[in-house]
Amino acid sequence: MAETEFNLLDPFSSIDLGIADMTDGIKQWAIGNREIIQPVKNVFNSMITGIDTALNAVPPVVMLLILVLVAWQAAGKRTAGVVAISMIALGLLAPNAWGLAMTTLAIVVSSVILCFLIGLPLGILAGKSDRFETAIRPVLDTMQTIPAFVYLVPVVMLIGIGNVSGVIVTIIFSLPPLIRLTSLGIRGVNPSVVEAARAFGANPRQILFKVEMPLATPTILAGVNQTIMLSLSMVVIASMISVKGLGNEVLRAMGRLDAGKAIVGGMGIVILAIVLDRITQGMGQSGRERGHRHWWQGGPVGLVMRIIGKT
Amino acid sequence: MAETTRETVIRCEGVWKIFGDMPRDALDAVLTQRMSKEEIRDRYDCIVGVRDASFSVARGEIFCIMGLSGSGKSTLIRHINRLIEPTAGSILIEGEDVNALSARDLRRLRAEKIGMVFQNMALMPHRTVLENVGFSQEVRGHDLRERNSNALRAIEAVDLKGWENKYPDELSGGMQQRVGLARAIAADPTILLMDEPFSALDPLIRRQLQEKFMTLSAEMKKTTLFITHDLDEAIRIGDRIAIMKDGILVQIGTPEEIVTNPADDYVAEFVAGISKLDLVSAGKIMEPIDAFLQRRGNSDIADWPEAHPGQSLDDLLNLSISTQHPVVVKIDGNPIGIVTKNTLLRGIKGEFSPRTNLPG
Repeated sequence: MAETEFNLLDPFSSIDLGIADMTDGIKQWAIGNREIIQPVKNVFNSMITGIDTALNAVPPVVMLLILVLVAWQAAGKRTAGVVAISMIALGLLAPNAWGLAMTTLAIVVSSVILCFLIGLPLGILAGKSDRFETAIRPVLDTMQTIPAFVYLVPVVMLIGIGNVSGVIVTIIFSLPPLIRLTSLGIRGVNPSVVEAARAFGANPRQILFKVEMPLATPTILAGVNQTIMLSLSMVVIASMISVKGLGNEVLRAMGRLDAGKAIVGGMGIVILAIVLDRITQGMGQSGRERGHRHWWQGGPVGLVMRIIGKT
Repeated sequence: MAETTRETVIRCEGVWKIFGDMPRDALDAVLTQRMSKEEIRDRYDCIVGVRDASFSVARGEIFCIMGLSGSGKSTLIRHINRLIEPTAGSILIEGEDVNALSARDLRRLRAEKIGMVFQNMALMPHRTVLENVGFSQEVRGHDLRERNSNALRAIEAVDLKGWENKYPDELSGGMQQRVGLARAIAADPTILLMDEPFSALDPLIRRQLQEKFMTLSAEMKKTTLFITHDLDEAIRIGDRIAIMKDGILVQIGTPEEIVTNPADDYVAEFVAGISKLDLVSAGKIMEPIDAFLQRRGNSDIADWPEAHPGQSLDDLLNLSISTQHPVVVKIDGNPIGIVTKNTLLRGIKGEFSPRTNLPG
């Protein structure tokens, strides 16, 4: 194997363990076994296109209204105002900007839903078990730091280009903070409250759902917020494997050195990020911090409830 | 003693707790080689929390465990509901070995038979007072109406009616601890475990809560294990007191026994600063009537103030203030002893002459 003479002072250049070839073998195996993946891929693909079609089917003005109401409910009137202005600005960026933004939103929503489904249980496990936390930490570090281009190719080989691959590479990058912050939230629960729950006869499941999860919610929602932000930061890279949306605009503009188009795409991503960030941050605050006792006592729902209550 | 004839509810026998990686080896070393706490710590890297604790608590009794921080009292109380597993020894609740219970039975025991109050309240901040108080019944799967009515009754018992829909952080410290108390009694348990419940409160509120607890306790007749680092509190509340030091129960006895007859210098030092006014009874300090008459000759004791042997020094003080005469101690109208002003003053100082130790 070693073609160069072995040199004690520079041993590395003469040793070749063939790691690159080995991993290339995995790629070949992946190409050979694509059929196994196809049914699973189709399920996810229909989920993503479903969300995409739904978001694009809603007329922009109705969508705008829905987003503003959601923001008002989750984070109060000020945020609702910010969301309204941001989304109008987004629509005015370019005639097709709104539609592209909805496609991007669909990818982000799909990624975040899947991240939540994967990350929450893993995060709880990591919060409960020191061994699992130690085992998973290097994996999470890898996921966050390895350049996306490294796993872009194997994922495409295995699954093919398109939305599903886009969602997978997005998940690889944006999952770690959710796991980390869920674990942190569970570990941060006051141990004396957990002890009290045990002393009053709660079983481990009840302790998790009635005590630990509710108390860890603000931290977990901070994790969701981070996951959303990282998902948005992946849309340009994901567009390299044929994911549509704002990211694709930026990529195409780059290829044509079209700065104007790049700014439209880029601003769209930023505005979407601001909107999603404000809404999820508002969810992280409890209703009581904003002066009412339960979430349904404030915002548009509270308004409707009060009107119904009066009549 | 009355306690021995009553049914035993909690019984601890030879309970040891050693924290660390090699508790069994460390325990062997303690038992066979009589190693000290320090030797165990250096040799095995283990901490001895509780050393051979044995005691029993009768039904309806309030048993106080008094010790300074680090003496192992909080560790000991957590063995009763098995929040901590003992290294050796057994804990029996109404004859049932707690350490032999399955996880399921243990949870039932904790939810239905034992209520616990914690020093730092440990209320759940995301739940209202009502939801906090109803927690033990909620985990047992009782339906909402039943547990709310029980919880409301408990909330009323601690005078917090009207606060049931507030969150714990909207309440003052004293009120929060009353919620803690309500949570402990809501499921009507047999046993109350109180882990320094009033220590974190300011003196005035502490006094109020102690009184509230004693009235409630007198009504409910719950068997109570009460942990405190405050001997005054132990004496005020406890039917019997155990003094704990370095994981060992140094002395167990009634407040009067502990104050008048401390087992060693450690206990004596504690007791020194305690006011004897409410603790020591006339029977403990009086001079027998014969000895008094011998010494002073026949006196006309008919119009001297009267007391019975169980009355406290405080009562005697009030009787003595209004007259020049000594106080006559009588049982069923028969004089049995005399308390002169000098005897009374000595009693308040904590000096008891051995010859006066008559039945009290």
